[in-house]
Amino acid sequence: GTRRALQKVGLQKCSKRLYHPTVLPSLISTTSPEFISKKEAMDDLIEELDAKTAKARLGGGATAQERMRSRGKLLPRERLALLLDPHTPFLELSSLAAEDVYSDYIPGAGLITGIGRVSGRECMVIVNDATVKGGSYYPLTVKKQLRAQEIAREHGLPCVYIVESGGAALPHQANVFPDREHFGRIFYNMAQMSALGIPQISSIHGISVAGGAYVPALADENVIVQNQGRIFLAGPPLVKAATGEEIDDESLGGGMMHSTESGVTDALARDDNEAIIRVRGIIGDLGQAGYRGVLPEEKVEGPVYSAEELHGIVGTDVRQPFDMRDVISRVVDGSRFREFKKDYGSSIVTGFAHIHGYPVGIIGNNGILFSPSALKATQFILLCSQRQIPLLFLVNVAGYMVGSKAEKGGIAKDGAKMVRAVACADVPKLTVIVGGSFGAGNYGMAGRAYSPRFLWMWPNAKIGVMGSGQLSQVMTSVSKDPSQHATLKSEIEHQSTALYSTARLWDDGIIKPTDTRDVVGLGLALASRRPSSGNQSRTGRSTTWDGNGMGFGVFRM
Amino acid sequence: PRVLPGSPRKPHFDKILVANRGEIACRVIRTARKLGIRCVAVYSEADHDALHVKMADEAYCIGPAPSSESYLKMDKIIEVCHLSGAQAVHPGYGFLSENAKFAERLSEEGIVFIGPPASAIISMGSKSESKNIMTSAGVPCVPGYHGDNQNPEFLFEQATEIGFPVLIKAIHGGGGKGMRTVIEATPDAFYEALTSAKRESLKSFGNDTVLVEKYIQRPRHVEVQIFADSMGGAISLWERDCSVQRRNQKIIEEAPAPGLSVELRESLSAKAVAAARAVKYVGAGTVEFIFDNDTQDFYFMEMNTRLQVEHPVTEMVTGLDLVEWQLEVAAGNPLSLDQSSVPLVGHAFEARIYAENPRNNFLPDSGQLLYLSTPTPTLTLPQSYKPSPTLSSSNVESVAPTLVSYESVPPSVRLEQGFAQGSQIGVYYDPMIAKLIVHGKDRSEALRMLRKALDEYHVVGVSTNVEFLRTLAGNQAFIDAELETGFIPKHFHELFPPVTESAPEVLAQTALFVTLRDYPKQQASTAQSPWTSLVSRRFGGDVYERMIHLQDDAFTGEAQPRAVRIKSVAAGLFDVEVKTSSGTPVKFYGVSAKLISPTSLSITLNDKLSTIIIVSQPPPPFIPASLSHNTMERLHVFSGGRKTTLVIPTPKWLLMQGGDVLSAAAGTGALKAPMPSLVVEVRVKVGDRVEKGQGVIVLESMKTETVLRAGISGIVKAIGCKNGEMVQEGKELVNIEADEET
Repeated sequence: GTRRALQKVGLQKCSKRLYHPTVLPSLISTTSPEFISKKEAMDDLIEELDAKTAKARLGGGATAQERMRSRGKLLPRERLALLLDPHTPFLELSSLAAEDVYSDYIPGAGLITGIGRVSGRECMVIVNDATVKGGSYYPLTVKKQLRAQEIAREHGLPCVYIVESGGAALPHQANVFPDREHFGRIFYNMAQMSALGIPQISSIHGISVAGGAYVPALADENVIVQNQGRIFLAGPPLVKAATGEEIDDESLGGGMMHSTESGVTDALARDDNEAIIRVRGIIGDLGQAGYRGVLPEEKVEGPVYSAEELHGIVGTDVRQPFDMRDVISRVVDGSRFREFKKDYGSSIVTGFAHIHGYPVGIIGNNGILFSPSALKATQFILLCSQRQIPLLFLVNVAGYMVGSKAEKGGIAKDGAKMVRAVACADVPKLTVIVGGSFGAGNYGMAGRAYSPRFLWMWPNAKIGVMGSGQLSQVMTSVSKDPSQHATLKSEIEHQSTALYSTARLWDDGIIKPTDTRDVVGLGLALASRRPSSGNQSRTGRSTTWDGNGMGFGVFRM
Repeated sequence: PRVLPGSPRKPHFDKILVANRGEIACRVIRTARKLGIRCVAVYSEADHDALHVKMADEAYCIGPAPSSESYLKMDKIIEVCHLSGAQAVHPGYGFLSENAKFAERLSEEGIVFIGPPASAIISMGSKSESKNIMTSAGVPCVPGYHGDNQNPEFLFEQATEIGFPVLIKAIHGGGGKGMRTVIEATPDAFYEALTSAKRESLKSFGNDTVLVEKYIQRPRHVEVQIFADSMGGAISLWERDCSVQRRNQKIIEEAPAPGLSVELRESLSAKAVAAARAVKYVGAGTVEFIFDNDTQDFYFMEMNTRLQVEHPVTEMVTGLDLVEWQLEVAAGNPLSLDQSSVPLVGHAFEARIYAENPRNNFLPDSGQLLYLSTPTPTLTLPQSYKPSPTLSSSNVESVAPTLVSYESVPPSVRLEQGFAQGSQIGVYYDPMIAKLIVHGKDRSEALRMLRKALDEYHVVGVSTNVEFLRTLAGNQAFIDAELETGFIPKHFHELFPPVTESAPEVLAQTALFVTLRDYPKQQASTAQSPWTSLVSRRFGGDVYERMIHLQDDAFTGEAQPRAVRIKSVAAGLFDVEVKTSSGTPVKFYGVSAKLISPTSLSITLNDKLSTIIIVSQPPPPFIPASLSHNTMERLHVFSGGRKTTLVIPTPKWLLMQGGDVLSAAAGTGALKAPMPSLVVEVRVKVGDRVEKGQGVIVLESMKTETVLRAGISGIVKAIGCKNGEMVQEGKELVNIEADEET
């Protein structure tokens, strides 16, 4: 069967691949009713996602945009487009953050974050969207910015802050201001990243007030737009109340004052365009600061099979099984996958492949995790750590096996081995949840708590302590009131969706199955980044656990 | 006298010197090379890398760029003749070609001047003398006064006798200088024109003697190519029509002149041969006639004692290599054909491609040929025509074209050029870039060839008359051969249709060119980071969009730049939306585009596949440095036989910055050279007081004088140039310190 499939592939695509032993076969029938119904369900979900994303991308809507334009300003996304090198990719993060979270519609949490190329260097770009509530910080806005900074720190990405924000959203101040991971952490991160040799650059296009004033002030180099950008600790009304001094905005914190008198800003731009061009100039002069990506060693070739088929392979019902190899073969270079321990612990798939030329160790689920599967995964993680090959987790896991047989077999200690290996792995981890991510399986498969460099979800993905079906059975056994079960079940189902997750920053965004290869490829390119050789003393310090060679602690045997 | 079979022929020279540059030097070298004659080129410092230098067997630098210090330096050229052992000098046209003193000097030195004897040059150099000779030889001349009496009242009397309108012309004049038409038969009008013609003549030629002639209202310029040998043989190689002129200079020439009867052609040729004989002419010469469209009379105008620019049209219809004939005659051989065996086959055109701006009164332009792409020539030298086997009677006495029919010849395209891409044009020398010559079996075939060839002639770097010539070649009156010297003013509105806003298609094409050109550079040798290879990649339903603003360079109706929105739908596939001045955007969906070379774009727009040439011209260096590299970049688009120039406009902030810099500079009173030019006169010295608007420096560029004036009143602080110096664009020439109170 394999041989015949390979021949078919060879005839269709490229005869050179015909006898390659590692090219995965594909036995998918794209005309089967099952495939078609799965595909239709996924298509619908994607359409819904597209609509939501398109709406969020408009920010505060036409009226707010028009108001901004009428003041001679560029829209936040126009500033972003001008900043990025033309025709380069942009890996936007969590574009549906805060979706359906607050009583107000706060598209993208009022902040655009993502990784893009500026003057030939990958940078973390953080843009306030002033069309959304004046760019003020909701709790999720803070979380989104902190997450962007965390990614920047881990990858040594210079940060560009395009600032126009009124600061904390006052009604939410209790969830914005006081805690460890709140507003103050933004400046803590800026200070520490600067110390780690990761440049912090900002340009000020509107007001940047109170706590917000510290973004430009803590930047290594900044630009302000004249008659538009304003930086002050307290605005004119507050100043009048505090000291009786009467002063206008521009004299109190305008670009001319800050560039000629206070020295808070380093360059004065005539308009948004000039400010962005000047930021591009700054990034062009960053010298040896920050990390540099490593080019892949392998020539890149696309997968043999079409990524479009992923829709019909996976579908949207997490209870419907599929072979993870059919996903891998549509993501990796040349559909080549050298599988490790193929015939042992077969509910987990492990093996080596390349994506966009970068080597990667893949761990994917093909069912419930048993002891052998956990042990196999653990061994594979140790292999990748030793070889310094980044890990990609393709997640579709219902959890670890339960029952007396499993417990007697030591599933708890074997599962723990896998979790420990994941936690302490000495290589970057990337996680894509393509189906379910339930229970302790979430831990073993590098869930958010295990600090993968990136975690993306497919629109069909589900995440929760257990599947909703199991959950209601558990509920029945421990609770007496059946009327509550239905409500709880639907509530938990709602909370398990990818949209619910992405709105709360439990992931870095929902990606389409067809985007997976390129998104992961960009992620691997980022994971390859190292301090540039000319700046070892400053940026030689590792900013992550992986790469430090700390080892794994005590495995329970 | 025909050469008898077996009669001894004198050998050609072994080595000649070509005392010229540009296309004519290349043209001479080409024939010499064909005949195995070695060529010596001379060049000025500015022509170090010129084509004629590369083509020659040896080359000598004879001085700095200005022609008075190089190509006009007789001593230097004669020295090079001795140094290189050249036996003869071909002067080309212009420079020393009609300089009798040069011809004399050469013969004193024992070097052959490939041209007529000095005496013929002298006789024909003076307009009044030449007319006297012609009149006595029975060649009709335009009624007029050519005498020495320059008394204005006397001249007015003469004018009245000749009958108005009249033409006042400097006797040493040429190129339209020192020439005035007087329509009104009043003394005032006459005296005013006379004074101004004399003033200009004195300034240009150092002599203010003028002649007065009848002015012909609908004249044609018809000239006859003649050839004479040193044994007294002289024949006509038929006529050319060069009526369509601008600034009194030829722009398009054809042979034969359309609409001439056999008798008229016979008569013209006979008179031209008589003219040549009258001055004992030797070599190639051109007898120019004014042909009166209304009366069908023709009058002798002047005789040019050189090979003319437009000689190729004669070569094409006769199949004769005129340079080869010049060499034969100079070597002392008789003409190899008699009048009756001179072929006249088909019809030929020559279009002169100039660096000039037709819409700005054809003012010359100068600059570098940044990009040059020409139609592919089908031949480089004329090919002789073989009479078809059917014999016909040969009437030796007849001067009419022979009735022998020739084997049918395929249409051909010839290109005479002296410059390659990268050359500088028009700063020191004539701004002619090239000559495009076509030949067809009849006038309409030749014109069709001409239009096609002009469509394929692409120049970037200087403005050219290519598009004007293309319009002219397609003009109905021109097609109908309604020729007269006033053709351009008469048909001005058809020849210069209003410039319209560029079509949305052109904007879409240009924007896609910019898009594809700006793709991140991919190194083919190594594996790519996805951060460069994933061109324009966006995720989660996002689509990469880019706005490109373009401004019409020529169109002045609406100064606003127009926005083109490019959506990258898939690899090589785009949706394009072009904003129009009417408000409704024009949309093109699913446009596929690909760069097939750095200057050509293959594009399928509205299901039509085409290849468009687009050449980028970077902004001039004085534009303030900007990080956005394509600000003020010019994009020259050759699409569907039309050239459109679009500019990527300067962003507002950069204009503001430029304004700031300029206003800061204005206060300093520094005057800079606006273009590469020659300093003719420095009118001030350090310490002088100057008033705002006072002329300070006189520059000359492209034979046109420009006066630089003080921008402020003040004291001259420094002078950065001296008389006669060549200065580069942007050089500070004078610095004026402003008065305290300003």
